[in-house]
Amino acid sequence: MPLKAKTRRDAMQDIAPRYHPQEASVEAHRCLYCFDAPCIMACPTGIDIPGFIKKIATGNLVGSARVILESNILGASCARVCPTEVLCEGACVMLDRDEKPIKIGRLQRYATDAFGEQKANPFLKKMKPNGKKVALVGGGPASLGCAAELVRLGYQTTVFEKDMEPGGLNRYGIAYYKMPPEVVQREVKLIRDLGVEFRTQTEVGKDVPVEKLRKEYDAVFLGVGLGRTHRLGIPGEEKGGVVEALEFIRLIHTKPLHEISVGKRVAVIGCGNTAIDAVTQAKRLGAKEAIILYRRGEENMSAYPYEYQLAKKDGCGFIFHTAPVEVLGDKRVTGLRMIRTRTGKDGKAEIVPGSEFEEPFDMVIKALGQEKQTSIWKKLIPELKFDVAGRIECDRRTGQTSVAKVFSGGDAVNGGREVVNAVADGKKAAHGIHAMLSGKPVSGPLQASRLGHRDGAKGSGFLQPIRVPDLEAAYNRERNGKLHG
Amino acid sequence: MADLSCNLAGIHSPNPFWVASGPPANTAYQCHRAFEAGWGGLVWKTIGEPIVNVSSRYSSLDLYGNRMVGLNNIELISDRSIETNFREIKECKKRWPQRAIIASLMADTRENWHEMMQRSLDSGADGVELNFGCPHGMCERGMGSAVGQNPDVMEKIVGWVMEVAQIPVIVKLTPNVADITRPARAAKKGGANAISLINTINSITQVNLDTMCAEPSVGGRSAHGGYCGPAVKPIALNMVHSCAMDPEVGLPISGIGGISNWKDAAEFIALGSTSVQVCTAIMHYGFRIVEDMIDGLNDFLDAKGMKSVNDLRGLAVQSVQKWETLDLHYKRMARIDYDKCIGCNLCYIACEDGAHQAIAMVSPNGQGLGPGRLPGKSIPKIKEEACVGCNLCALVCPVEKCITMVDISTGLDPMSWEEYQVRLASGKMKAIPAHD
Repeated sequence: MPLKAKTRRDAMQDIAPRYHPQEASVEAHRCLYCFDAPCIMACPTGIDIPGFIKKIATGNLVGSARVILESNILGASCARVCPTEVLCEGACVMLDRDEKPIKIGRLQRYATDAFGEQKANPFLKKMKPNGKKVALVGGGPASLGCAAELVRLGYQTTVFEKDMEPGGLNRYGIAYYKMPPEVVQREVKLIRDLGVEFRTQTEVGKDVPVEKLRKEYDAVFLGVGLGRTHRLGIPGEEKGGVVEALEFIRLIHTKPLHEISVGKRVAVIGCGNTAIDAVTQAKRLGAKEAIILYRRGEENMSAYPYEYQLAKKDGCGFIFHTAPVEVLGDKRVTGLRMIRTRTGKDGKAEIVPGSEFEEPFDMVIKALGQEKQTSIWKKLIPELKFDVAGRIECDRRTGQTSVAKVFSGGDAVNGGREVVNAVADGKKAAHGIHAMLSGKPVSGPLQASRLGHRDGAKGSGFLQPIRVPDLEAAYNRERNGKLHG
Repeated sequence: MADLSCNLAGIHSPNPFWVASGPPANTAYQCHRAFEAGWGGLVWKTIGEPIVNVSSRYSSLDLYGNRMVGLNNIELISDRSIETNFREIKECKKRWPQRAIIASLMADTRENWHEMMQRSLDSGADGVELNFGCPHGMCERGMGSAVGQNPDVMEKIVGWVMEVAQIPVIVKLTPNVADITRPARAAKKGGANAISLINTINSITQVNLDTMCAEPSVGGRSAHGGYCGPAVKPIALNMVHSCAMDPEVGLPISGIGGISNWKDAAEFIALGSTSVQVCTAIMHYGFRIVEDMIDGLNDFLDAKGMKSVNDLRGLAVQSVQKWETLDLHYKRMARIDYDKCIGCNLCYIACEDGAHQAIAMVSPNGQGLGPGRLPGKSIPKIKEEACVGCNLCALVCPVEKCITMVDISTGLDPMSWEEYQVRLASGKMKAIPAHD
């Protein structure tokens, strides 16, 4: 029996609510206002973080949001979903003073939320239309990032989105308690207000031929993301009650919460961040038990540690070193036959012979990562080159693919990373497109908090983001070197 | 345990911490609470012809998330009758014979001053403090700072008081003057036994940008008030020092102005105060703060090997001299401890934009990983030839002892500006070349 709607709504409430003004003020005042700050270097979109925090401290919230949106048009989404622990907050100098890093994500949310409630113009200056047109395929974060940048550079931009609404995974694929639809809808409205045209329910390759776009537009950006969830490849996969994680999450974002059907005992197969989003939401929507099955160990999971902690706090179960071999049941799933695995000599998971066992489940959610869309796009643009992993090949600095006038970025290129990486890719491609069409490089925004600010965002995270795990590794190497050297 | 007892011109108290004349010293109830908490003395809220106050009386300066760094008030002297006040003083003095109770007074005519002095004596007060400092409301009526700002008038009124004084008389000075030693000398000439300073500073703390009315708003209209609290401490210290240094003043001092803890108190005493008075910090946190003031001062005196708080008094007075006596050959320079540096670069930008461009951002090679744990991230480095030893980098550095200022030997004998002028005039040396 699903829980009552009110309880479900409560269960899906924001996990990190917006700061109250005083909380925001106290946190903003903690920021040292570093010059040439490490957090900027750790932000893939190169947001002038101390700059926007200082503005929160002075009560200039619109100005603060403007600083954020100047670098990252999806600043409101990123404030909610960025893995800040390994990005900006992980690079905060407070850590070197053995203190908690500044809560950059929550401050960013505070400013962008406040901005969303006002009718202020995010950008003070706008370029004149230059008469050139760019088509963007797919309405996810990469295209949104690219389109917003292009329209501000004077281009006429059109986003083609096959779904009902633009936003991509931001709109349909992230846990509700982190990202309610209104946030994305507000962002899309902002981008539309900048002058970007959206053609929704229009699938390129079906409703509009790619050739038409390539002919009629001066450039085409492919922000097409990834495809369906990988199949389990085991008998019984087509039975009722076996769903894809992204489909499950999509339902939560498109139907009233009380209409979502959730099993009593739910198995989620896979252990990435989407698997966590699925298992926690299944639990919050009323599943008695929601359990992650993962063929490898705790140490191998790709979910971030804080996501893992969240699932544990929600009371979700974890069964490691276990792989499904068959979906049991007549027409509907009644359970899973599984087998134990262990780590083989080559470091890969291998099955333990004779260790099969069965567990009852009335819902199975597949969260094995998404397939590449290689075959579709090979058909649509035969000259398009792909790397061995099936990702669209392009110059990572400009987004330029192997095909003239065709650019790309986001998950289709990086294989599936964060929203902020997609936005950064989109921005880089916008600059690449502008350089190609105008023959002039784009000068980055002036960032008063940065050394050599006349060079724009040079050296910021936008061009060469640092990742905190890499920092840690380098730090350890250095320390060890020092100790032994 | 050091001896904290003090004697200000014959007013004895078991410790130097007095509640200053103000809202916390308004009633017998508050006086009892203060003495229960441990305060050594209390200067009663100024007694005079009862006034009528406005509603909405205080406003504050809040800074970087800290509340009430400075406080502004437009409250007047006691709004209670003269009889009530003196009756309560008598009652308190009876219950707390060892603590000092000082009646703060404000009057206009010679007769009235005489009468107030008599009433003070009758109440058993240990002394009186003449309020010549209140900067609002009373001065318009020819009292308060209207007296304190006019040394001749002040001297005359102090003289009236001294005609009948049988208990010590403290004159409270207003800081709203160009030279604090002038009213202090006037108090001395008038025969006062001690001075207390500073009273509040004329102020407007803030303007409400929505209503375009300054705070505190009294139904949409405001008036300038008197400023106090931690923000005024540096101004008060300087004025206390000026009076302590001036041989023509030569009066015991009760220090007032932004004192919130034992360290503040110790600084006032080191610059010449005998007792110290506290108001704003009590208004913020209550009388309980005195516990740490007593405890902290005691521990400090013990640690420094001082047997009595009197040993501390005035120790720093001579350290502050005229600028022209300072050694032009003394040199100090900033040193950065890279093991402590967190890479915020505040020192760099402060020096680059706000001082002398004496810090460079350089490759961390040779300094290990560099601050902020970022491999290859540039680090701040002092340009020794450009550093003027101004201290700014050390002041902005958020990490304790990361930037220290170290003495640099110049090998030259000390030379003050005064001596420099003499040597220049006599042709013994050439002018020190100007900076580029």
